[in-house]
Amino acid sequence: MRRRSEIDPEAMARAANPARIRKAPENFLGAEEIAAVSGGRRDFLRGAFAAAAALGAGAAAAQDAPKGDEMILKPQSWATTLGQPVAATPYGMPSKYEGGLIRRQSPGLTQVAGASVSFMPLQGMFGIITPSGLHFERHHQGWYDIDPNKHRFMINGSTPEFVKKAKVYTLDDLMRFPSVSRMHFIECGANTGMEWGNVAVPTVQYTHGMLSCSEYTGVPLRTLLEDCGVDWKKAKFVLAEGGDGSAMTRTIPIELVASGEVIVAYGMNGEMLRPENGYPLRLVVPGVQGVSWVKWLRRIEVGDKPWATKDEAVHYIDLMPDGQHRQYTSIHEAKSVITSPSGGQTLLDKGFYNITGLAWSGRGKIARVDVSFDGGINWVEAKLQTPVLSKCLTRFNVAWNWDGKPAILQSRATDETGYVQPGYRMLREVRGTRSIYHNNAIQSWKVVESGDVGNVQVL
Amino acid sequence: MFRFSKPALAQAIFLAAALAAASPARALDDFGLGRAATPDEVKAWDIDVRPDFAGLPKGSGTVSDGETVWEGKCAVCHGTFGESNKVFSPLIGGVTKDDVKSGHVAALKRPDYPGRTTFMKVATVSTLFDYIRRAMPWNAPKSLSNDQVYAVLAYMLNLSEIVPDDFVLNEQTIRDVQKMMPNRNGMIYDHAMWPSTAFSGKKVKPDTHAKVCMKNCKDKVEVASSLPEYALSSHGNIADQNRHVGQVRGQTTGPSAADSAAKKHPAAELADTSGCLACHAVDTKLVGPSYKDVAEKYKGQDVSGLLFKKIREGGEGAWGDVAMPPMTDIKDDDLKTLVAWILKGAPSK
Ligand code: HEC
Ligand code: HEC
Repeated sequence: MRRRSEIDPEAMARAANPARIRKAPENFLGAEEIAAVSGGRRDFLRGAFAAAAALGAGAAAAQDAPKGDEMILKPQSWATTLGQPVAATPYGMPSKYEGGLIRRQSPGLTQVAGASVSFMPLQGMFGIITPSGLHFERHHQGWYDIDPNKHRFMINGSTPEFVKKAKVYTLDDLMRFPSVSRMHFIECGANTGMEWGNVAVPTVQYTHGMLSCSEYTGVPLRTLLEDCGVDWKKAKFVLAEGGDGSAMTRTIPIELVASGEVIVAYGMNGEMLRPENGYPLRLVVPGVQGVSWVKWLRRIEVGDKPWATKDEAVHYIDLMPDGQHRQYTSIHEAKSVITSPSGGQTLLDKGFYNITGLAWSGRGKIARVDVSFDGGINWVEAKLQTPVLSKCLTRFNVAWNWDGKPAILQSRATDETGYVQPGYRMLREVRGTRSIYHNNAIQSWKVVESGDVGNVQVL
Repeated sequence: MFRFSKPALAQAIFLAAALAAASPARALDDFGLGRAATPDEVKAWDIDVRPDFAGLPKGSGTVSDGETVWEGKCAVCHGTFGESNKVFSPLIGGVTKDDVKSGHVAALKRPDYPGRTTFMKVATVSTLFDYIRRAMPWNAPKSLSNDQVYAVLAYMLNLSEIVPDDFVLNEQTIRDVQKMMPNRNGMIYDHAMWPSTAFSGKKVKPDTHAKVCMKNCKDKVEVASSLPEYALSSHGNIADQNRHVGQVRGQTTGPSAADSAAKKHPAAELADTSGCLACHAVDTKLVGPSYKDVAEKYKGQDVSGLLFKKIREGGEGAWGDVAMPPMTDIKDDDLKTLVAWILKGAPSK
């Protein structure tokens, strides 16, 4: 079975060694070609191909050789030999050519990898669903692969008055309950947190990659609370608690639980949750920051006061300019980002591009996304890709014909409540620059003549 | 064909009727799944402590007992004075006697103030009690007794100059401490990011009011910040982090991964994938000793077998009283490779 860590070194070496690279329009663009593009020569793709064709034509006159692209004219090994049998990779893995698109850490962001994050490679993703193996990670005390038959889930009240009967469920129990499957985004409250004061990181993986979107399957927490005889009048908050070393705890709004939206989930994208995402059980709290989606969920407590747990009293609190912190900030306000082209990438040539990106809101559906090519002076409305679901990523696309001149690309989301994503000036006027959390400012990508795209902040 | 004698048939009918009466068809929302939690089970897991101290267990600890716990179980990671930045951001520092009076940490107002410690931010002392009890020490969570939690918290409060040297923290005095927490008045709730009025008491609108404008929305474009040149390479070679096909390529910002992988010592890679680097670094002490220090300590001695066993089974005492957990997942051969590499001083190539 081929794993991502076993990326074929030969293929990598070929990719890195310009001497071995066949000319575009083949797979790889070598360092020389990239340099040529960066140096402003963007016509070389066509040029190189035309030259090859012309050469072919000259030779043809002499030897009657066929004209055109070798990749078409010459039979390739994959068309002339036998391929791999079924089940050669019993759990299929991405192509070896996709090895660059993996979760990555941001160097220096945290001191130890057991209490850290890895970022999702947004720069190369399509549609709205995050492949489970690329889902961003945030662990506070490392992760475990817990035996599902040893996992227990408990519901109790802060005092007996909140639930008639404190209960324990096994996975066997939970997986017999009526289930729901829903698609939702999950975003860390600290996503884009490195950029509050100034531009800090080069690519969209690091600016926005604490974001993922999956289809979750599980039991609405409401069903389970009712199974325990919850007193909806007395219940004001619930506490969710994890089964890992950190025994992560967060206060969850009872309103979201009562609405039926909060799910005690075991399934993700058609299979069980991945261990890094809380196998075998996690809470799904649509629209609310990821830290509340407690992984390895072992317990729900029903009560009438919030708990001020470590991650809602020391972290995930928003420092305001006057030195006060906003506490229990939980819902993600509307946000969007262009994922391609984006920071650290290079456009290959002038001409047509499909500008594509993602928009999301913790308050419901995305209503529209506008895109600007001139740093926010003029805007056009982007096309929203269906499905457009509540508290779920929405993919947008818009056409662009690049004339080779400098440009600044931006996207701006509006959600169904009418809330419009703010720019940096507006956001900083109220929240300053020293917060870590909930930065939903408009992202700008600057395109220079060479085709290089870079991260900038526009007021 | 079934044959019933009359009495048997009558009995069968009677039985069926009795069954039907005893168990009417169950309602579809009566799942009958799960079971009642026993009081001991609830007690074992329900360890949370709220700001109003609901859930606080009885117990007590002195500052000096706390110092012992701290030095034995916390200082390796958080520093002697809770000031260390090595494993996590500093816990202690940045609060003053005036803050204890006002309940607002003044340094939080200063944009020039470097860093924010735990004690600068936390408003509720219950938070610290609850968290230390459930999650610390990081490598052995839930191993402290309640008295040890009281004691170590007393010591941290003393390091922060909130309580005197002879202070005894218990389930009563912790209530007085709450009235002295330096940032106890530092939290506000009038925001729109909680889905109800539970905190603010009123409906609060979002704090930004952007509008959809489509044409000539401003006169000029002000670029406030862009990525400095040196930062472009801070995240490795971006070309390696992009697809080699499609409408764009990644910029070349460093040596390619293939080159560096070829140059990296395979054992270094192994240490990474085996999870050793969560606690060890080659040059600096983290939770465990640096590999250079290990090599130095055992120079000229034949300890491969001993170290193999130590890593496999875990243990403490050679470098301090923080234990290394048993490393059971790693293969024998790989572990041998690692031990040999460490004893050679963990060369990078
Ligand atoms: C092996 C290293 C290690 C040891 C030993 C350790 N800690 Fe920690 N501690 C950490 C890490 C890492 C975190 C951050 C965890 C996270 O990100 O959630 C932390 C977080 C904390 C926090 C929360 C700080 C904040 O601002 O979030 C407190 C309080 C704390 N530790 C107290 C203690 C006490 C008391 C002890 C001793 C009983 C101790 N720690 C032992 C590594 C350690
Ligand atoms: C959770 C933290 C942690 C992890 C993970 C960890 N170690 Fe350790 N390691 C320690 C600590 C703490 C010590 C010091 C123990 C002592 O004082 O005896 C230590 C000690 C050592 C020593 C010196 C032992 C001695 O008796 O002198 C070696 C060698 C070592 N570790 C190798 C490894 C290797 C190899 C791995 C990965 C397979 C690993 N460690 C993973 C924490 C860790």
